[in-house]
Amino acid sequence: MIEPIKQVVGTGVPIPGADIDTDRIIPARFMKCVTFDGLGEYAFYDVRYDNDGKITDHILNDADYRDADILVAGINFGCGSSREHAPQALVKYGFKAIIAESFAEIFFGNSTTLGLPCVIGSKEDVDALKAALQADATLEVKVDVESLTVSYADVSFAVTMPASAVEALTSGNYDPINELLAAEQEVTATLNAQAYLA
Amino acid sequence: MGKSLYQKVWEAHSVKTLSDGRTQLLIGTHLIHEVTSPQAFGMMRELGLKVRFPQRTFATVDHIVPTQNQQQPLEDRLADEMLNELRKNADEFGITYFDLASGKQGVVHVVGPEQGITQPGTTIACGDSHTATHGAFGAIAFGIGTTQVRDVLATQTIAMGGLKVRRINVNGKLSPGVYAKDVALHIVKVLGAKGGIGFAYEYGGNIFDEFTMEERMTVCNMSIEGGARCGYVNPDQKTFDYLEGRNYSPKGADWDIAVERWKSFASDADTVYDDIVNIDAADIAPTVTWGISPDQGIAVSDTIPDPEQAATPEDKASIIEALEYMKLPAGQPIKGTAIDVAFIGSCTNGRISDFREVAKYIKGKKVAANVKAIAVPGSQVVDVMAKQEGLDKIFTEAGFEWRAAGCSMCLAMNPDKLIGDQICASSSNRNFKGRQGSPIGRTVLMSPVMVAAAAIEGGIADARETFNF
Repeated sequence: MIEPIKQVVGTGVPIPGADIDTDRIIPARFMKCVTFDGLGEYAFYDVRYDNDGKITDHILNDADYRDADILVAGINFGCGSSREHAPQALVKYGFKAIIAESFAEIFFGNSTTLGLPCVIGSKEDVDALKAALQADATLEVKVDVESLTVSYADVSFAVTMPASAVEALTSGNYDPINELLAAEQEVTATLNAQAYLA
Repeated sequence: MGKSLYQKVWEAHSVKTLSDGRTQLLIGTHLIHEVTSPQAFGMMRELGLKVRFPQRTFATVDHIVPTQNQQQPLEDRLADEMLNELRKNADEFGITYFDLASGKQGVVHVVGPEQGITQPGTTIACGDSHTATHGAFGAIAFGIGTTQVRDVLATQTIAMGGLKVRRINVNGKLSPGVYAKDVALHIVKVLGAKGGIGFAYEYGGNIFDEFTMEERMTVCNMSIEGGARCGYVNPDQKTFDYLEGRNYSPKGADWDIAVERWKSFASDADTVYDDIVNIDAADIAPTVTWGISPDQGIAVSDTIPDPEQAATPEDKASIIEALEYMKLPAGQPIKGTAIDVAFIGSCTNGRISDFREVAKYIKGKKVAANVKAIAVPGSQVVDVMAKQEGLDKIFTEAGFEWRAAGCSMCLAMNPDKLIGDQICASSSNRNFKGRQGSPIGRTVLMSPVMVAAAAIEGGIADARETFNF
């Protein structure tokens, strides 16, 4: 049994831009590895460092936001490659939840399986949260996975996440391996029913 | 009410409903490669698990493979370690592995179909988002993460929620010089990079009926660029003709049984789709991208978008961001934009038909002096066929470098990379920032024939003019 994830409370960082793809989250050249260890330092590498290796003025380099727990982004976050290296890098960087206007599907599944809740808010709510975080890096944000609300200061807004992900996270069943293994007989029966000839 | 192929395959492969409400879905065929599998094998060892059905997983090496010197140890020691790790894992767990010495190695999405491993009416998973390619055969094929690679290895299943089905009809007649790649780029442009989230795409209409299997693969391949996790074409006689006699295709009496079974998975005529999109083939032009997302495409004869003309503030911001990165002038024609590199290859356009088509036009022509042009066959099988047909000579005589099989400059995990802010005319599938290996490198997506035209002209060109269509 893994620890259930019912809420995440912490500081946040607003990431500008839409369609942030997984190449941006973890450039392919850092995927030359046989474990996920150490990927955290390469998260968003090419936005945090310029082509000469110098630190950029991206918000992730702002010391006030370095220890943020919650990433706040726009639409279609995590699009592109299916690389689990992307959510692995974000988790190892220190993120515990993501709030965005929408998520790419494979990224969403990879993230929640790692216990990284990804909740969807309206553009209006997400923009307001981003502005509030921009104004105050110490702002405490609460992502409540059970009630599907995000709250900060005196603001609270509703977010969405597929019911299956809510159930998996809040019950501590987000890594499905044991349940999948338990169905061994049913799996064999389903496979035999396919009559695969190859 | 009829059922779609998606629904039929889903139902046939559903094992049970899990406690979180998702479905435990049987994976008929599992494909693995060196980048997204080693950590999965690591998890298997940590949990003391065995591969449940090793005969249903196939491995090859593609992402990190150098296309020039493949002698081990590879110059890039990290790449060498990944190669050795895959070999070790395949050995230890009893998985068929198409190694560099096998004559069958290549981009996993080229290898599966050409070996006959990809078959209709099944589920296919791979730790790679371009797994949608295999949907061309009437399979439900999708990319998965590494933890799910572990799940498939250990149980031959994953936990997954169902998708809606959007039927995309392309009807009419494609103009000369308009290829399957243009159809793919056009669909992504029309529906947007996130338009397919939550959907499986079913492609149909007379254009898909008439397409070869390789053309179908090109379009299914880019389903994920439109946000759709999988895309497919219903199996038909072309599908069966393509598969007959291939290494892993059923043989003899089994073949007839298989074909009947495969046919039964095709969508019923009275299927009710969650959404239907109709596209007129006449509206599709030779398409090129101008930005940093695959949906940022225009006809090659068009001008680069002007942020001042954007419909919404969000569109304006994304155009500004894209043009700043691409260093392209708003409102100017895209044609004539100088290029530094030309790349023909990838799981989108690295098949034999791609090289045959380009060879028809580049014979007797020369790549511009300032352009580095490389042709990378999608597999060793494609490489051998091309050489038997003399295509490699046509390419090299025109000034292309003919390389060994692999993913190469599509994502540049091997030594083939852009340098600095080089701009590349590319037959690959993604134009994301930094995609081709340099953090400031620039990618312009287009069909292989358009890449050849750009290589010869030294800049983005209309292949119909360059090659007198």
